Amino acid sequence: MATKNELTEKAKNIRRDIIEMLGQAKSGHPGGSLDLAEILSVLYFDVMNYDFGDPQKEDRDYLILSKGHGAPALYAALYEGGLIEEEELATLRRLGSRLQGHPDRKKLPGVEASTGSLGQGFAIAGGIAMAMKVQGKPNRVYAILGDGELDEGIVWEAAMSAAHNHLDHLCAIVDHNGLQIDGANDDVMSLGDIGAKFASFGFEVFHVDGHDIDALKDVFAKAKEVREKPAAIIAETVKGKGVSFMENDPGWHGKPMSDQDFAAAKAELEG
Amino acid sequence: MEKIATREAYGKALAELGKEDPAIVVLDADLSKSTKTNLFAKEFPERFFDMGIAESNMAAAAAGLAIGGQTVFMSSFAVFATGRCFEIIRNSICYPKLNVKIAATHAGITVGEDGGSHQSVEDIAIMRALPNMRVFVPADGVEADRMTRYLAKSEGPAYLRLGRSGQPVLFNDDYQFEPGKAAVLRDGDDVAIIACGLMVAKALEAADLLKEEGVSAAVINASTLKPFDEETVAAYAEKCGAIVTAEEHSVIGGLGSAVAETVAKRCPCRVGMIGVDDLFGQSGRPDELLTAYGLTKEAIAEKAKELAKTK
Repeated sequence: MATKNELTEKAKNIRRDIIEMLGQAKSGHPGGSLDLAEILSVLYFDVMNYDFGDPQKEDRDYLILSKGHGAPALYAALYEGGLIEEEELATLRRLGSRLQGHPDRKKLPGVEASTGSLGQGFAIAGGIAMAMKVQGKPNRVYAILGDGELDEGIVWEAAMSAAHNHLDHLCAIVDHNGLQIDGANDDVMSLGDIGAKFASFGFEVFHVDGHDIDALKDVFAKAKEVREKPAAIIAETVKGKGVSFMENDPGWHGKPMSDQDFAAAKAELEG
Repeated sequence: MEKIATREAYGKALAELGKEDPAIVVLDADLSKSTKTNLFAKEFPERFFDMGIAESNMAAAAAGLAIGGQTVFMSSFAVFATGRCFEIIRNSICYPKLNVKIAATHAGITVGEDGGSHQSVEDIAIMRALPNMRVFVPADGVEADRMTRYLAKSEGPAYLRLGRSGQPVLFNDDYQFEPGKAAVLRDGDDVAIIACGLMVAKALEAADLLKEEGVSAAVINASTLKPFDEETVAAYAEKCGAIVTAEEHSVIGGLGSAVAETVAKRCPCRVGMIGVDDLFGQSGRPDELLTAYGLTKEAIAEKAKELAKTK
């Protein structure tokens, strides 16, 4: 168990690492990485049974970043946990790096599933939860999805299967920042009531402020108590959170930072 | 002659393997009676998942089960098992090289009456193009059984192509499948017929026809499409100087292509291709369709004669 101050500090570090990595890489996805800082901090450093010294440990909980373009946030969390060396952060998206543009489980221990093609990570998470069920193991599986990702049909195939198979070790977290590449979710493809959709598929649904450490701790504890059905947490987030000029701007989904942007973002996050 | 469908042999082998290996889990997409995974489901209901009519999720869940430590077999008709979820097989199974076996039944035009929508003629081509994927096409029920047993013990992604219709049993009980090896079933000098799947039986019959006309034809069972046995193919390209390929698949991207790629690199010679000629299938009885699409012993023999004469 970590204190609120520790988790806040981790989230702050994750954000700083994300900007450092993306600034050096000169490509990648800042908006949808920055908004994951608190969720990843609380999961990795408080909620999950996870040993950074032994990422293959049999009793570990699994985290699948289904929205694989948020890879810098995942790498930052793994770095904060000690799985990645500091100098390696500068290799993001470079030839030969373990830090691929989208997570590659064959390259980097700690990456449970190779994701990036949207929707599949959530379905893979369902498969892992099925394996734990077959083996009678209590390991929990957390899958982080983007809201735009919910456009993918496979998400709803997987949701149907998770409820049908009573995967109560599976917890979906929807990073609901309201934006995707071409604009606001509902302008691109109407999502309707996300919580109601998951509930109608048989999930126990929770809503939370995705940047509130206490609220996140509380909601994950509640989700863990759900029995016989999977849980879905709709986390309200701000895309680009922490860097004022990136917040709520779909333009920063996958835009490279200029040197000035990089310096300005760093200054904000260090302040 | 005794006949058995390769799907039948697969289903029986799988049910037996379930006893030996508790890591095996089986997924199906509401076709378990047709794919014969129902035989496993009956014995091991706790390790069988009917994923409903949702092949994409089945493929991704298979990947997750493999990450969780299971040996996964997933089955559906070849059209859906490879086509509907191609990109999931690519990104979630092959890219991370997970232990998932895609055992697809009802491949090729011998699906029959269901028609072109259900007759996969391109599955070998698309599976063969994927890095980390291996591709196997058994010539009969015995080989299908051996391949299933081999795949249960062999780590990594694989595609097993199975048929619906009963086909002649070619091999006896002591048959040993050698993965990655094209087996010379009959030797010959004038032309080599390289076949896979149900066309192997027809290749043997074609060799008999050719013998009557004084043409000595080798018959090779190329049941591992990938990794492909380039050594044997190159050796017979050199020895015979002419090759005819025979497959129940499009002439684009399948066995014919694998052979042509090999000889172009190693030992150029003429290659004639018997297969589905860039067309979709249609309804009909399996035997009628094979004739209508030119997948016959006569067509193989005719092509072999032509090549043997003009080489």
